[in-house]
Amino acid sequence: MRPVTHNTKVKVVDAPQGFAGEGFFTTKMSEAVGLARSNSIWPLPFATSCCGIEFMATMAAHYDLARFGAERLSFSPRQCDLIMVMGTISKKMAPVLRQVYLQMAEPRWVMAVGACASSGGVFDTYSVLQGIDQVIPVDVYVPGCPPRPEAIIDGFMRIQDLIRTESIRRRESDKYKELLNSYGIQ
Amino acid sequence: MLTNEIIQQQLTEKFGALVYNFEEPYGMLTFVTDRDNNLKVMNFLKESEGLGFNFLNDLTAVHYPDQIGKELAVVYMLQNIQAGLRIRFKVFTDITNPDVFTATGIFETANWLEREAYDFFGVNFVGHPNLIRIMNVEEMDYHPLRKEYPLEDQTRIDKDDDMFGR
Repeated sequence: MRPVTHNTKVKVVDAPQGFAGEGFFTTKMSEAVGLARSNSIWPLPFATSCCGIEFMATMAAHYDLARFGAERLSFSPRQCDLIMVMGTISKKMAPVLRQVYLQMAEPRWVMAVGACASSGGVFDTYSVLQGIDQVIPVDVYVPGCPPRPEAIIDGFMRIQDLIRTESIRRRESDKYKELLNSYGIQ
Repeated sequence: MLTNEIIQQQLTEKFGALVYNFEEPYGMLTFVTDRDNNLKVMNFLKESEGLGFNFLNDLTAVHYPDQIGKELAVVYMLQNIQAGLRIRFKVFTDITNPDVFTATGIFETANWLEREAYDFFGVNFVGHPNLIRIMNVEEMDYHPLRKEYPLEDQTRIDKDDDMFGR
């Protein structure tokens, strides 16, 4: 009979700063929520071109974005926390992207992957949106044309940092409302 | 056996001086006709016994900014599928009055092709059932493939020179 082996290399995230006693643990609400949120992101891939291919590699076994708690991609914006825009966004696509963003529930984050999504890239032309930050607010930009999976993972971890440290009142703050208003979003 | 010579001969017989500038670049018969004559030529090529150009391969426009009074060319490419032969003819028009009769009555496929030519070059196809932009955003107020724009807009502020190596 084979001996029962357990995986002893399982890693769990560190507990946030707090006060621990026998049978209880106290910490700040925002830290607990941030910890939970940042390790259970549901990304929405908005892939329009070659950066999307790199994203496929990022999701696949070798790079394995699932390690970061993002196992579950969702193709419904209403269930997602993070929209990853990967590829050239034409001006005709801009209202579609904006619509998808508006359908996401708060709190929501946006990642612009690659030169095209960040700035229009080489497509300095009449038909291409010169960066998605012209229509929606962006949290993290990943440079590269296209960026390697490592770069996408790095951008993803920065999103996690943002989520972990975000105040739970940020989305109600005047500053955030001002940001959305500057994009014409109420 | 249908050859370029026979086609040219039949066209000249029918239209006389209204078809001109015959040439054969890479073996493809090419000629020019007057702007108001385009549908008659197209209909003749399609319906005439022995010609049978019953397929519109492509329809597009070209902007020649130096040809004053004939700045816009509309190019039609027809194919005789049975004979495996293609033919091309052009009409020229003034850019200030870019009216050309629509070919939608002869070939249905001209509908979208003419919308494309309108979108990118601003050719006004008279009689077209639905002449609106097909590729670009509807709000666009210019025709982007006309050669009247600088390669790069120097007044733009959304591109940072430091990052783009200019």
